[in-house]
Amino acid sequence: MNGVVALYEAHQAAFVIALLGLITLATRAGGYLVLARFKRIPARLEAALEAVPVAVISTLVVPPAFSGGVAEFATVAFAVVACMRLPSMVVILAGLGLIVGLRMVGL
Amino acid sequence: MRASVPILVPISFFGMMFGAAAIAAGQTLANTIWASIAIFAGASQFVFLEVYRAGVPVWSVALAVFAVNFRHLLYSAALASKIRHYGPLQKFFAFFLLTDLQFAVVENQALRLGKSGRVSFAFYIGFGAIAYVVWIVMTAIGGLFGSLIENPRTFGLDFILPVYFATILMGFRKRDRFLAIAIASTVVAVLVHRTIGAPWHISLGALAGIAVAALMAKNGEVETEGAAEEAALESTSGKVDRS
Repeated sequence: MNGVVALYEAHQAAFVIALLGLITLATRAGGYLVLARFKRIPARLEAALEAVPVAVISTLVVPPAFSGGVAEFATVAFAVVACMRLPSMVVILAGLGLIVGLRMVGL
Repeated sequence: MRASVPILVPISFFGMMFGAAAIAAGQTLANTIWASIAIFAGASQFVFLEVYRAGVPVWSVALAVFAVNFRHLLYSAALASKIRHYGPLQKFFAFFLLTDLQFAVVENQALRLGKSGRVSFAFYIGFGAIAYVVWIVMTAIGGLFGSLIENPRTFGLDFILPVYFATILMGFRKRDRFLAIAIASTVVAVLVHRTIGAPWHISLGALAGIAVAALMAKNGEVETEGAAEEAALESTSGKVDRS
């Protein structure tokens, strides 16, 4: 038992990754195994399910923007606006260029 | 199959970005590659990098990844009629490889097949396996690059995550109630981040956005299959890859 605990502690991140792999697989199988049995679901439930990714990802965008200085905030703001026009790969590369530049000038 | 080559460009790009960001976030190269092997889901893997820090309870990481993967429930429900004829082991591989991109490619193939709509396992695994291998190889390349750079700030690698999440978020912008959900979640997340602290801002912020969506929806019922197709269309039309 102690050996198992020691193994886990030494490789915690690797075990967490394995767990996340299982969770991802479960959601990918779950729709077929569970949701497909229901031909129709309540509109409010569907709206709530659909909202989940947007709701979660929203919480990951803004707190880091406030965590640093002007450069960090400006880069996130740029990325949000630029996405309306540019493909995401371009936005990411431009965003990285922007933050490097802004930090260089001391912002 | 030749048609699938341009689709591999975003997979390669995001795979490399994940590799570089993972090293910048303090993961080992081995764990970085292991994540692409074991999870094979861009958004899940980036969320892992963001949320998994020393001392953060594992349940909060698991919950965030589960939530970000929610759309996969709809995908796999919508695929039911196209893959029902697979054997159990074939289904296992089909589910494991079910990325946003895979869903779009399979749906497209089913449309082309017309009436039967049954997608062969050979077609399914043909695209899926290529995408999987490319994703892993590109993660390794990005990770190697990241580990060669002494200070990740030099190339802004420490800031890939927020920019990546901003692009993913904006990929959903045409969805119903997008603005209301995003604002509710953001406001609550910032407030909780300042008061209770991480990781609670993620679960409580997300809950606020979900509640707003449920409250704004009409009463009644909807078909599950149509909902999934709509979701997939939006998530792939923005040229955003969330493999």
